[in-house]
Amino acid sequence: MDNKNLQQAMMAFVAGLVFAVGLGVSGMTQPQKVIGFLQLGTGWDPSLMFVMIGAIPVHMISYRWMRGRPSPLFDTRWHVPQSKEITMPLLVGSGLFGLGWGLGGFCPGPGLASLGAGQTAAFYFVPAMLVGMVLYHLYTRAFNK
Amino acid sequence: MMNSILMALAGGALIGLAASLMLVFNGRVTGISGIVNGVLGGISKDGFWRVTFLAGLLVGGAVMGVMHPELFENTTGRSMGMVVLAGLIVGFGTVMGSGCTSGHGVCGLARFSIRSLLATVTFMIVGILTATALKYWMGV
Repeated sequence: MDNKNLQQAMMAFVAGLVFAVGLGVSGMTQPQKVIGFLQLGTGWDPSLMFVMIGAIPVHMISYRWMRGRPSPLFDTRWHVPQSKEITMPLLVGSGLFGLGWGLGGFCPGPGLASLGAGQTAAFYFVPAMLVGMVLYHLYTRAFNK
Repeated sequence: MMNSILMALAGGALIGLAASLMLVFNGRVTGISGIVNGVLGGISKDGFWRVTFLAGLLVGGAVMGVMHPELFENTTGRSMGMVVLAGLIVGFGTVMGSGCTSGHGVCGLARFSIRSLLATVTFMIVGILTATALKYWMGV
């Protein structure tokens, strides 16, 4: 493992820690809050809308600040997705994700942080999510998509 | 309510900070489903950061869980069968759709990606329809 990979791995660990703390503080690791946000009508809980309102401006500033630079600090090139194509898998996959999110109240990040915290439901959600990812790869292989 | 809004804003700012560290230092988008999917495809030296990121996420969750267990309470009453079904669909859908709430909803929107905007609008609408339908039809 060279220096670059080691630096990146250490920074990623710190970022993962900060991400988990952010998820916990924000309320995203309480599935009833997620579901309360997604259930419109009486008793609607809008608070999780403010997670995006808190996160996006912070990230927008760093993105604007870095854009135009030849490379990030610990690598020789950028890895930010460049695709602009609107495809069926993008929309169908996102729709399926929304279905699962509304069903269980977990998205991938909070699922993993909750697994670390020992929350019972996360021990069902995360392995099932991994199986779902493998199933997608088997599906694309079977239909050669 | 005011308190939960402030917590959501502060937690959101930390999520934005974590994503910024990944961008500024590693030049990467912080998409959790993409990172997990990358690890499923095998671990290389260049991809070792994915393993340490996920380790940080799990350790961070463990530390928060010890300090503030109330932040990890689950009172939805959803059966474990439903949670497993949800996990299967989330795993399948996020890989198919190239992202989830973090990759599309935070990183993608922050850089004005049209793909991520469409993805986010789609999973928000379907998530709202699903959760609201369950409330009115099944009472959960």
